[in-house]
Amino acid sequence: MIHKFSLFGTNIVMDVNSGAVHIFDDVAYEVLEHYENNSHERIVELLSPKYSSEEIDEAIKEINSLKAEGMLYSEDVYEETIALWDQKPVVKALCLHICHDCNLRCKYCFASTGDFGGQRTMMSAEVGKKAIDFIIRESGSRRNLEVDLFGGEPLMNFEVVKEIVDYAKSREKEFNKNFRFTLTTNAILLNEDIKNYLNENMQNVVLSIDGRREVNDKMRYRVDGTGCYDDIMPKIKDMAQSRGQDNYYVRGTFTRENLDFSEDVLHLADQGFKQISVEPVVAAKDIGYDLREEDLPVLYEEYEKLAYELVKRKKEGKGFNFFHFMIDLSQGPCIAKRLRGCGSGHEYVAVTPEGDIYPCHQFVGNTEFKMGNVMEGKLNTDIQEHFKGSNVYTKEECSKCWAKFYCSGGCAANSYQFNSDINIPYKVGCELEKKRVECALWIKSQGF
Amino acid sequence: MKHVKTINGSTLKDSLKKGGCGECQTSCQSACKTSCTVANQSCEKN
Ligand code: SF4
Ligand code: SF4
Repeated sequence: MIHKFSLFGTNIVMDVNSGAVHIFDDVAYEVLEHYENNSHERIVELLSPKYSSEEIDEAIKEINSLKAEGMLYSEDVYEETIALWDQKPVVKALCLHICHDCNLRCKYCFASTGDFGGQRTMMSAEVGKKAIDFIIRESGSRRNLEVDLFGGEPLMNFEVVKEIVDYAKSREKEFNKNFRFTLTTNAILLNEDIKNYLNENMQNVVLSIDGRREVNDKMRYRVDGTGCYDDIMPKIKDMAQSRGQDNYYVRGTFTRENLDFSEDVLHLADQGFKQISVEPVVAAKDIGYDLREEDLPVLYEEYEKLAYELVKRKKEGKGFNFFHFMIDLSQGPCIAKRLRGCGSGHEYVAVTPEGDIYPCHQFVGNTEFKMGNVMEGKLNTDIQEHFKGSNVYTKEECSKCWAKFYCSGGCAANSYQFNSDINIPYKVGCELEKKRVECALWIKSQGF
Repeated sequence: MKHVKTINGSTLKDSLKKGGCGECQTSCQSACKTSCTVANQSCEKN
């Protein structure tokens, strides 16, 4: 399988199964159009009014040799290898819901403004420690473990954050583990002390802000309805700066109400941020701000605009990283990871303030997916196997999709929300993902 | 080659040989929290 597209005058051809990526000139690109269904002579005939037969001939030969080297039209050899990696499931990442409460009331919050459809509650240190014991036990021989301190708003329960972190660290040596912590916050409660603590203890910090003031404040407001931009922007700037503009993300969400989201990304870049992630909202169908198929053409254009601007700024030495455009072609994840995707429900689980275990933060509150409780320490292995058994080959759409080794089968939660089945991907999400991969490849083709 | 410039070789196939250690980061953790792009993760062995 190959995938080809042109963007800003560059013809890009990707050999899906080998991972090879090529830039074709116009002759070769047109030859490719006819390559599979026509003989050498016929292709020359078809294209000779436009190009010299010599050029066409050369291009065909180059394509032949790429094919012979396994860098075009190569076979998919991975499906059978999945079984090789099919070891006992291990949990290696936790999302700890430190607090099901929030000091904001963001309109699109998937956590129902913090309470996840339940009571507003705080995780106790005891539950947090049990969760740490749980991941140590369930992670087998994996050394690197990730714990994301998440909410609601985790800084509303900061003392417990500290206790959990201390406890995890105190167990590292004995069990030969290495914990990496991330904290996701809306920045409202950030202050000098908390900043210093986070810089000492968190490998990554995710700071929520949507972009331009009017866009942010329309979605991210306090209990009294007032927007939070003016309050959080200086704190987030200071935090990013104190981390040397690395190992953090400013994280925004775009919705139907700001389809021109490239402006928001650039706004954040203009504020000096170097690590930016702005993503499509996950929302129920027809809720108003949900993204629809009819919005796709506008969104495609926005991603293209953003890719173009990003390259321009990189050339000027003013670049930044946009999370969804970052693809490491040569040293990215191995194929084993690419087939499986996010790992929700088997490698990665979420734990609520009460200690309940769910496949990921997006599933929290949907009791059908409750996998157990850390206080009891037992996992429902049926659910775990169900998630583990889902990969790009078990999803019909994905197995046919050219982007499968980059996207890895999309978001299970998204699929479930839209199609009540973790194996049927969410269409709008797919189209956006494919566009992002194209933009990312184009950025690579420009040398960045 | 005159008409084709290869910017990346068969890296996926090559990763078959060393892959599967599982020490790498899980995707959602790093930044996204709502959607998934796995290819932007890095391999622990690099
Ligand atoms: S873009 Fe959609 S169809 Fe393609 S791999 Fe991702 S989830 Fe599957
Ligand atoms: S299911 Fe979706 S939200 Fe959950 S961990 Fe996977 S990509 Fe992230």
